[in-house]
Amino acid sequence: MQNKLSGWSRAYLIIVFIILYTPILFLVLYSFSKGNTMSNFHGFTMAHYQTLFNDPRLLQIVLDTLIIALLSSLCATVVGTAGALGIYETRHRSVRQTVLSLNNILMVSPDVIIGASFLIFFTMLGIRLGFISVLLSHIAFSIPIVVLLVLPKLNEMNASMIDAAADLGANPWQTLTRVILPAIMPGIFSGFFMAFTYSLDDFAVTFFVTGNGFSTLSVEIYSRARQGVDLEINALSALWFLVSLLLIAGYYFLNQYNQGRKTKRREVGAIIK
Amino acid sequence: MKQSKAFYYIPYGLWIGLFVIAPVVLIVYQSFFSVSGHFTLGNYANYFHSGVYLKMTFNSVWYAFLITALTLLISYPTAYLLNQLRHKQLWLLLIILPTWINLLLKTYAFIGLLSRGGSVDNFLSIVGIGPKQLLFTDASFLFVATYIEIPFMILPIYNAIAELSPSYVNASRDLGASSWQTFSRVIFPLTLDGVKSGVQAVFIPSLSLFMITRLIGGNRVITLGTAIEQHFLVTQNWGMGSTIGVVLIVAMLITMLLTGERRKKRRTNHAK
Repeated sequence: MQNKLSGWSRAYLIIVFIILYTPILFLVLYSFSKGNTMSNFHGFTMAHYQTLFNDPRLLQIVLDTLIIALLSSLCATVVGTAGALGIYETRHRSVRQTVLSLNNILMVSPDVIIGASFLIFFTMLGIRLGFISVLLSHIAFSIPIVVLLVLPKLNEMNASMIDAAADLGANPWQTLTRVILPAIMPGIFSGFFMAFTYSLDDFAVTFFVTGNGFSTLSVEIYSRARQGVDLEINALSALWFLVSLLLIAGYYFLNQYNQGRKTKRREVGAIIK
Repeated sequence: MKQSKAFYYIPYGLWIGLFVIAPVVLIVYQSFFSVSGHFTLGNYANYFHSGVYLKMTFNSVWYAFLITALTLLISYPTAYLLNQLRHKQLWLLLIILPTWINLLLKTYAFIGLLSRGGSVDNFLSIVGIGPKQLLFTDASFLFVATYIEIPFMILPIYNAIAELSPSYVNASRDLGASSWQTFSRVIFPLTLDGVKSGVQAVFIPSLSLFMITRLIGGNRVITLGTAIEQHFLVTQNWGMGSTIGVVLIVAMLITMLLTGERRKKRRTNHAK
C-alpha cells in the first residue's frame, strides 16, 4: 500500500494541504509587504516589524501572555501531577472513576461554558477581574490535561519499584522524589508543554474573565481584528508562527527521545500516535 | 501511603471543588435568577415560549451540523489517503501543525483574504466572476469554521484507519467485492468509531463558536456560544445567559450520548 496513489488522489491531498497552509503563509508573506492592506504585495519591507518592536503596549501584552502561560502551566503541572498521584493511589474503583469523570468535565465543556461559569464564580467571590482571574482560569483548565498525560506513565511504572524502595528503607518523600517522579518525568513534561500551549491558545475563557485593564494576545488580536487589517499583527503572527514551530519541534524531539529510550529498554516498537 | 494520598488530594481536591463542581453548580443556580436578582423560572419560560431562542438554538444546531458534515466530507478521504503515503506520520504532523497556530491569527488571516479588495476577491475579479462580498456571509462563516475544524476530524479518523488491518480489505477484494462494496461494507463500518469521535470533537465546539461568528460571519449567524457571550458581556443578563448555557450543556450531553465514548479534549489525541 505504498505510494500508489492515483493522480486524482494526489491532487486531492495537495489541494487539502494548500488550503490548510494558505492563510498561514499569507499572513507571514504580507508581514513583509509595504502598504497597509493584505492585498497586492507592494514590495519588501521590515517596517511592520519595527512598528511591532516600538509598540510598548503590544510588547507588554506579549510579555503578560507569556508570563500567564508559564505560571499557569507550572502550577497546573504541580497540581495535576499531585492529582494523578492521588488517583493512582486510590484503590477503590468507583472512587477512582468518579474522580476521573470530574477531572474530564473541564476537558469536554465548551470554552464558552467554562468562561461564563468562571465569570460567575469570580464575581461571587469578589475576585477582581484581571491578571489573577486569568491566571486562575488558565491553571484550572490546564490541570485535567496534565492528569491525563501523567496518569498513564504512573500505570506503566513498575509498582514493585515502590515496594523495593520502601523495603530498602526509603521514606515516602524519598520514594516520591527518587523513584516515582523520575519514572513519570516524560509524562510531566508533556503535561507541562500541553498546559503551556493551552494557555497560549486560549481565547474564549480569557475573553470572559479578563476584565478591562488586562489583556492577553488573543484578546488583543480580537479587538484589533474588529477594526480591520493591521499589518503589525501580521508581523506578530509571523513571529508567533516561528515560536510555535520551535515549540512543536522541541516537543516532537522530546517525544522521539523518550520513545527511543523506551525502545532501547524494552525493545518494543515505539507507538507514536 | 494513606497520608501521602491525603496530601496529594489537598490541592487537586481543592481544584475539583472550586473550579469543576462550583462553576457548574453556579451556572445552573444563576439560570434561575432574573436580571434584577429575583429567583424565577422566567428565563426558562422565556427560552421555551419566546420562539426567538428556540429558533436561534435550531439555527445553531443546523449550522453545527453543516460544519460537521462538510468537515467529515473533506476529512474522511484525506485521512484515508494519508494512510496510503510513505512517511505518513510526518504528513499527519503537517496536518496537525495548523492547529497550533493561534485561532485568532488564522481567523485574522481570513479577514485579510476575504475582505473587499482582498486576495480572493481580486482573484475572482481576474477570472471574471467579479468582485463579490465575501466577508460577513454565511458561506464564509461555514468555510472558515470548517477550515478550523478539519484537523480535529482528520486525526481520529486517521487513527481508526491506521488500526484497520489490511487483511480485511484484501479478504473483501479476494471475495469479489467491488471497491465501493469494500468501502461501504468493510472499511467504513470498521472505522466508524473514529468518525464518531471526530463528529464529537467538531460538533460541540461548532455549537459554541462565538468569535468567528462575529469576525467572519458578521453576526448573521447567532450560535449558542454567541448568545451566551452577548448575554454575559454585552446585555449583562447573566440569568438568561446561564439558561442558554444550561441548554448548551444539555446539547453537549446529548451529542456525547449519541456518539458514544467520552470525548477527550481534541488535543489529547495527538499529545500521546
